[in-house]
Amino acid sequence: MSEIKNFTMNFGPQHPAAHGVLRLILELDGEVVERADPHVGLLHRATEKLAESKPYNQSIGYMDRLDYVSMMCNEHAYVRAIEQLLGIDPPERAQYIRTMFDEITRILNHLMWLGSNALDLGAMTAFLYAFRERENLMDTYEAVSGARMHATYYRPGGVYRDLPEQMPRLAESRWRKGKDLERMNRWRQGSLLDYLEAFCEDFFDKVDDYETLLTDNRIWKQRTVGIGVVSAERALQLGFTGPMLRGSGVVWDLRKKQPYAKYREMDFDIPVGSNGDCYDRYLVRIEEMRQSARIVQQCIAWLRQNPGPVMLRNFKVSPPTREEMKDDMEALIHHFKLFTEGYCVPQGETYAAVEAPKGEFGCYMISDGANKPFRVHLRAPGFAHLSAMHEMAKGHMLADIPALIATQDIVFGEIDR
Amino acid sequence: MIEQLLTLVWTVTKIMMIVLPITIAVAYFTYFERKVIGYMQVRRGPNRVGPLGLLQPFADVFKMLFKEIIIPTNASRFLFLLAPVLALAPALTAWAVIPFDDWLVLANIDAGLLFVLALTSMGVYGILIGGWASNSKYALLGGLRSAAQTVSYEIAMGFALVGVVVLSGTLNLTGIVQAQSGSVLSWFWLPLFPLFVIYFISGVAETNRAPFDVAEGESEIVAGFHTEYSGSAFAVFFLAEYANMILISALAALLFLGGWLSPFQGLPVLGETFLGAGGIHWFLLKTAVFCFLYLWFRATFPRYRYDQIMRLGWKVFIPITIVWIMVAGLFRVLGWYGA
Repeated sequence: MSEIKNFTMNFGPQHPAAHGVLRLILELDGEVVERADPHVGLLHRATEKLAESKPYNQSIGYMDRLDYVSMMCNEHAYVRAIEQLLGIDPPERAQYIRTMFDEITRILNHLMWLGSNALDLGAMTAFLYAFRERENLMDTYEAVSGARMHATYYRPGGVYRDLPEQMPRLAESRWRKGKDLERMNRWRQGSLLDYLEAFCEDFFDKVDDYETLLTDNRIWKQRTVGIGVVSAERALQLGFTGPMLRGSGVVWDLRKKQPYAKYREMDFDIPVGSNGDCYDRYLVRIEEMRQSARIVQQCIAWLRQNPGPVMLRNFKVSPPTREEMKDDMEALIHHFKLFTEGYCVPQGETYAAVEAPKGEFGCYMISDGANKPFRVHLRAPGFAHLSAMHEMAKGHMLADIPALIATQDIVFGEIDR
Repeated sequence: MIEQLLTLVWTVTKIMMIVLPITIAVAYFTYFERKVIGYMQVRRGPNRVGPLGLLQPFADVFKMLFKEIIIPTNASRFLFLLAPVLALAPALTAWAVIPFDDWLVLANIDAGLLFVLALTSMGVYGILIGGWASNSKYALLGGLRSAAQTVSYEIAMGFALVGVVVLSGTLNLTGIVQAQSGSVLSWFWLPLFPLFVIYFISGVAETNRAPFDVAEGESEIVAGFHTEYSGSAFAVFFLAEYANMILISALAALLFLGGWLSPFQGLPVLGETFLGAGGIHWFLLKTAVFCFLYLWFRATFPRYRYDQIMRLGWKVFIPITIVWIMVAGLFRVLGWYGA
């Protein structure tokens, strides 16, 4: 009898379901996966090395481009590392704004995940539904920072500027007019907070909508229940974080365990799965969207009551206002120094982590006292998850690979860095 | 000689009268699909080419025609080009025995149903050969999946049709429709309800459409059997798939919903009016309803996994159909239904 060889197949980087530039070499026995070998590095941009060559503030924008579906959370980790080394605390209002935008980012990320997960398993419609809500949140990014994705909104010492009093409205055009325009501008009559409040109120219904499409769908369950099971113990050993870990039943969330920003003041629950399969992780993420909307609502309530500065008045790290520069020599000098040389950070090393939507996103930073970091290391949650691909995929069928990639919520920006 | 020639010309004319409307129906089915799914997904679908995007199908056709057919270096040239033809030919030939109305049928043969079954099972060769000849791993997997799937569902489908034959007592499609005359309640969907559902679901699986589209499951094997096809060769596969979908819908209408018969048949108020009498409009309407179901499924359901499809086919559908054939036989013996 002739020897039967396994079938080797390239899953990506040019594959409709390989998220980003994942190259997965599959060894198949018929349709059963014997070995899954993820290759990384196709999107490597040397972010960590680049950060060593420029003043601290100039790398914030690079953080957006790591996990490009949860932009502000990446910024948050980096900015917190700098703040820890400098020993400064941003004003309270800035902390609330950060908390709110971290949660908006979580919803953004989970919507993206929901859409692509559903699309990978063949349910097209949820994808477009998720993107409809995502557009609305993108508009809030745009309203505060001017950019819809790569915001660069967080700064050491606070946030770039306060929330706008007027949510920008859509202008009339050939395509948007009459009733359509009125409907789209309905939420945009007041401030950004009004807009977000309307969004959150509506969002719970929308999440229910997604659930009616998927949660009890027999095919959806068949495709996700029992797929990619990771036990709680093994999940910890593999370095899982975020929903991947909580799906396995481990109650671990940095927002609760090591609260940062204003999470201590927030009232929210941590959803936890029990079986550690794709379905549990799906349920966990869906519930997290609801909890995030709750946190956003609490932040809105506080931010309405408490106006105040959103940036530290410490001209060594934050720029003075334009007005001050007009008649204060010192302010002008500060401004000049800050935008040419940046600021020097005292010698030391630190690790700052945030609960990014995908898991623990951390920034390990060493400063030698110069105006540039000596070394920056970024801990990307996706990297640890992807490393477990073989373990999760072994013995499953080819059609389960998209389900696994989707459940790991892989974004190559952060894995390759 | 002249007479034979005339018969030939007349037959060819009749064939064209069926094939051309079907081709146009396919074109507008794609448009309909994009519009319907578009509105289900809170977007608008094509609306740029012509008024309301109505010329979009033609734009697509011309685009496809002008594209190069790329034949992979190590592909088997002959089979590679033969495959789309093999897929399309049976899909169109089967229409020869489909009665559109009492008198409107190209070939009113006695074994019409058998003929349709034989031809629809031929279609899988096109897919299988296309998948094999491309010499691509994705295409090969797609071809294999499709072959296994079609063969399994052929059985469930065949059994579902046995029920129809038991009640009507004929294999002739016109005869089957005539056996259903009476009212909505005497159509076969009522006594054969489980078979009706299974027939249509198997039909969806046969045509490799969502949620059974594993043969071209884009998230797993790129585009399945037609991964390597481009230009008009791809267009022919596409045409075959949609022609098959319309065929399955038409058959469902004929076998279970009384074909061209009016649902209001026998209502004295309507009598022989447009609504009361049977006619091709009823047939087209019923077919369109099934076509719409295809699209609705596609917008709603996630894709099955390959082994789950097999399980559904063998462990659920086939047993149910076997049991219901007995029930249908009982109906027949008791004289509740059927001639």
